[in-house]
Amino acid sequence: MQTALFLLQRLARDKTALFGALLIVGLILVALLAPILATHPADVAEFHPAERLQGPSATHFLGTDRMGSDIYSRLLFGARITIVIALIAVGTSVLIGVPIGLLAGYYRTWFSDLLMRVSDIFLAVPQIVLAIAIAQTLGPSIENVILALSITYWPFWARLVYAETRSALNNTYVEASIALGASPMRVLFLHVLPNISSSIIVRTTIGMGGTILTAAALGFLGLGPPPPTPEWGRTIAESREFLPDAWWYATAPGVAIFLVVMGFNLLGDGLRDILDPRTRRSRQ
Amino acid sequence: MRIIALVLKRLTWFVPTLVGLLLIVFTVSHIIPANPAVVLAGEGATQAQIDAIKEKFGLDQPLPVQFWRYLKSVVSGDFGTSLYTQRPIAEDLLTRVPATLELTLITIVIAALLGIPLGVIAAARRNSFIDHALRFFTVSGLAIASFWLAILFQLLFAMKLGWTPLQGRADSWGPDPVTGFFVIDAIIQGDWDIFSDVVSHLVLPVMTLAFPAMATIVRFTRAGVLDAINSNYVLYEQAMGLPQRVIVWKYVLRNALIGTVTQIGLIFGILLAGAVVVESVFDWPGLGLYAVNSILRSDYNGIMGFTLITGTIFILVNLLVDILHGTIDPRGAG
Repeated sequence: MQTALFLLQRLARDKTALFGALLIVGLILVALLAPILATHPADVAEFHPAERLQGPSATHFLGTDRMGSDIYSRLLFGARITIVIALIAVGTSVLIGVPIGLLAGYYRTWFSDLLMRVSDIFLAVPQIVLAIAIAQTLGPSIENVILALSITYWPFWARLVYAETRSALNNTYVEASIALGASPMRVLFLHVLPNISSSIIVRTTIGMGGTILTAAALGFLGLGPPPPTPEWGRTIAESREFLPDAWWYATAPGVAIFLVVMGFNLLGDGLRDILDPRTRRSRQ
Repeated sequence: MRIIALVLKRLTWFVPTLVGLLLIVFTVSHIIPANPAVVLAGEGATQAQIDAIKEKFGLDQPLPVQFWRYLKSVVSGDFGTSLYTQRPIAEDLLTRVPATLELTLITIVIAALLGIPLGVIAAARRNSFIDHALRFFTVSGLAIASFWLAILFQLLFAMKLGWTPLQGRADSWGPDPVTGFFVIDAIIQGDWDIFSDVVSHLVLPVMTLAFPAMATIVRFTRAGVLDAINSNYVLYEQAMGLPQRVIVWKYVLRNALIGTVTQIGLIFGILLAGAVVVESVFDWPGLGLYAVNSILRSDYNGIMGFTLITGTIFILVNLLVDILHGTIDPRGAG
């Protein structure tokens, strides 16, 4: 509790991190309140061909798309998809990667070597390449995007936690708890994990931004949830054939992705400065 | 000797890593629900035609047998036949490697030439207006979706202003192929019209890819310079009365670059990943566009070939970076 309070106080002083946090809070509010904030909530699934490709106006703040649906309303509901994909995919990756990293870091056996080797293989190819192959194999849907991202993303946490665990094990407090007869699980989850949690928190915050970008790229390539889902990446892809005339079509979702990813990156940078004194110097 | 041991140690993991990679991708691509033989046979094909195609490509064999056959052929340089173009995958991919390498190498050079000095300036004048402006620039570079940036560039520079071509690698067939790198081939041919045409086609994709790469380089150079600037030898040089300019650009930069060099592997990964999406927007006939097309056509031989080539390039680059790092900085070689 005290740590959380300290964190909040420090965050409040870091203007850019605070700005990042505000962007994320904004995203969450928009996602939660989408049905209230939207001017045309039914347009997520409804078409009005007579009103297609209209520019921004008082009735359609951000214009209309190729089906005549309100882009502003669809954008708000798109925030829900973005949050759901990023939260579940990153959450799953953390739940898989962190225990694997902890165990492989603690036990120095052929099995922990094997685990790290497997994660190296996943890291040997750019993440989006494997994610594309998996998403294509499984077919376009939200669940499959989440699955593809989780399968390709856990090694990042496994690697990080593995390295951090290895160095944490050299500390005297670990030696002391082992001498007192603590079980490996007790050492790992009660002593090591809390001490490496700041790295995990920072990596997870920045990882949210990366996941949103990759998910949007999958949507752009047609591998995301199928239409009429208002996914941001897919909306940008749809807009391409109406350029340069319908400039507003691609603008809104692109700005939305940009702001959200920037929010997570800025917050992650701020958290790193607060939680990791080693890098703090570089920001002074 | 130390370097040779380092190289050997890394190389022993090279082959198992590649085989593991192939195994993963093979497993994934063979659970394809849409049967590739059906896609290949086309709409309205009879069952007999589908069966014939299955047999021709060995798709009716058990998975382990298919994998073993694939592994054997890959080792002998045969990546199989594209289920779509009916051409050998290795041939298809090799003709596309220069396009992607030309794009990524030019991007890395430009990103480093601009990013390193900007990183030094940001560090030397930290908390000045220029530092804040560069921070905004790097934060943006890492937050923007590359496919969106590509479209914005197309919209502004190609459609509205008409300064650059919209997409492709050249207006015509390009220069006579010698190396496959259009810029070099145009110079060899001595045809400056083709050369300027080729360069003008490179501008937008390079700008798109360079933005995040440059942002990464600026960040790491800035952090590296700030770290080095606080060290004792800088204090000593300041006490000796050396001008700050010389200290920063000569002594500090050299030490700071160690960190930046090790980031090249990471940046190369960003570029290869970015190429998949950027090449598809700019219709750039490289590995990325090939991968996207293979995927959209369920051509899993193509997907596996692409993954293998990309993985190999990526692993090799990281091997080189490891060795380079071990050479420059003995501390990291342990």
